[in-house]
Amino acid sequence: MSSVTTPTAERAAPAAPPADAAGSRLGALLRVPTLGPLGALLLACLYFSFASDRFLTGGNLSLILQQVMVVGTLAVGQSAIILTAGIDLSNGAVMAFGSIVMTKLAVAGGLPAWLAIAAGIGVCALFGAVNGSLVTLVKLPPFIVTLGTLNIAMALTHITSKEQTVTGLPTVLTKLGDTFPLGQTRVTYGSVLMLVLFAVAWYVLRHTAAGRHLYAVGDNPDAVRLAGVDVRRQLITVYTIAGALYGIAALLLVARTGVGDPQAGQTENLDSITAVVLGGISLFGGRGSIVGALYGALLVGVIRNGLQLTGVDSVYQILITGILVIAAVAVDQFARRRRK
Amino acid sequence: MSSRFTSKAITALAVTAGLTVGLTACGSGGSSSAGSGSGSGGSGSITVGLITKTETNPYFVTMKKGAQAEAAKDGVKLLTAAGAYDGDNSGQVTAVQNMIAAGVKGILITPSDPKAIAPTLDRARQQGVVVIALDTPPDPQNSADALFATNNTTAGKLIGQFAKAKTAGKPVKIAMLDLAPGVDVGVQRHDGFLAGFGIAEGDPSIVCAADTGGDQAKGQTAMENCLQKAPDISLVYSINEPAAMGAYQALKAAGKDKSVTIVTIDGSCTGVSALAQGEFVADSMQYPLKMASLGVDAVMTFAKTGKKPSGYTDTGVNLIAPTPIAGIDSKDTAFGQSNCWGS
Repeated sequence: MSSVTTPTAERAAPAAPPADAAGSRLGALLRVPTLGPLGALLLACLYFSFASDRFLTGGNLSLILQQVMVVGTLAVGQSAIILTAGIDLSNGAVMAFGSIVMTKLAVAGGLPAWLAIAAGIGVCALFGAVNGSLVTLVKLPPFIVTLGTLNIAMALTHITSKEQTVTGLPTVLTKLGDTFPLGQTRVTYGSVLMLVLFAVAWYVLRHTAAGRHLYAVGDNPDAVRLAGVDVRRQLITVYTIAGALYGIAALLLVARTGVGDPQAGQTENLDSITAVVLGGISLFGGRGSIVGALYGALLVGVIRNGLQLTGVDSVYQILITGILVIAAVAVDQFARRRRK
Repeated sequence: MSSRFTSKAITALAVTAGLTVGLTACGSGGSSSAGSGSGSGGSGSITVGLITKTETNPYFVTMKKGAQAEAAKDGVKLLTAAGAYDGDNSGQVTAVQNMIAAGVKGILITPSDPKAIAPTLDRARQQGVVVIALDTPPDPQNSADALFATNNTTAGKLIGQFAKAKTAGKPVKIAMLDLAPGVDVGVQRHDGFLAGFGIAEGDPSIVCAADTGGDQAKGQTAMENCLQKAPDISLVYSINEPAAMGAYQALKAAGKDKSVTIVTIDGSCTGVSALAQGEFVADSMQYPLKMASLGVDAVMTFAKTGKKPSGYTDTGVNLIAPTPIAGIDSKDTAFGQSNCWGS
């Protein structure tokens, strides 16, 4: 049982031969997949602290957290799916649909706000369940399944909203966009919620049997099946929970912008995958820590904000992100090769 | 071993939490609200922000160039940003917030989603930043202090009047290649064209209406479908030049490019040369460069005197036609080529 339930990253840790000291140290570092992203994040922060006197202020750092809360929350669900060696292209579109469902029901449907929110999150979870079922029961590749549901969710968003932005929202829906004082700085409630979601996901993945199964499914599904774990149920659960997380992201999106926007969510699928990859989580599944995805999301946010503060054209943000993504995947490949 | 890794992960988590929360708590900026940037960043330095819909559309590239030139002339610092795609509200919200954090005096913005951006612009103005909408007003319009834009109704009306004179005395079947449902710019141009042509919405001469999103490929598809529906179309109204070029491609493929008349709006250099080659007969030219330079000047005036710009400033529109028609005031393609935008 232990061979199945131990996460790969842990299992690999003691394997380095003691002979080659420098190599083993490098190897050991590579085996902690969050150190690279954390280093990159700290370096970026250090650089921008010198480049702009406006970067390292409480207000600005709080702002960056607020700006990544939507993609960060999506990345929690995306990480879980990628750890199972899957991928979710539909999450941005599902989130947009969820945000239209909750704002429409609250404004035009006259539902109490909490019920509208629950319905929005429920619809997203349902999308997750459909994704998971198609992946496991019909045995379709996650890439194709979620490409399909991406289009379905996008179409439903436009049909439901009739292409109209939903305004005049009850305050409950935008509550997570409000701030509370922490020292001299105002922190957005939604930022805290995102950090809490990361912490909970990290705990579940590291310290519960379900979490270890999830890693194992991504690493070697056949071994897991032979060990008596119901892989199908496991996968459907992961996709459904990820869907519910997209629903929470929808609420954060509504809180951040103050409207229900049918045009939203068109790049968030790739943005969340970018955060996951930058965070050192392997696209082949089974390897990486969810904390890395937080670093990845923050790294993109810090670069975007920092370049704006220093007056650099925003195109360079896209350029730098592209280079970092390739670097992150290269590091993952290098680490994999060393393991073999 | 497991505990070794776990403790590392906890350390990492603690470092992040410390980094984000700790610095947030004791930030030295002394700003009391997220992203409030009250200081001007040194005496004499004025920063202006420009946020366009996208980085790639030549219209917005021109707008950016106009703002950069004016900023260099005025000695002000210009920050620029754009959404990832046309309609990317979230990206524009992020840009507004980052620019306020960077300490801009004013923000010039072309809203991607006029309704969705309004709450963010209201918040920016509450923080003392002057907001000027370029090209497209936010909804409600008073979410911006001022609007510098083409009068889109006039732009539509001019090509409507020209088309009427051009087709006078002949039976006419019209295809309307529109923008998208509920977008004001598109609606105003559409209504302006109908008014200029002298017909009402739902007139039987309108045989096809389709949305193009102002995109060339979609414009081509829309025209192809319209030709399937009504092969005898004789006049095409198009929301902008990319849509018009798409329509021209479709008509050319169907062998109808000589017999069908296209009128459009924009005034880009690419559009004017297509006009000169006879692909379209008339084009309403607008002036994005002027919108941007007026915007930069207005922010500088605000920074120096505290006087906020207000209301609507019409940045003008001219009808360009290679072959003029008696009774219709128009400029020739030489004028078009020396005043067009883009390259």
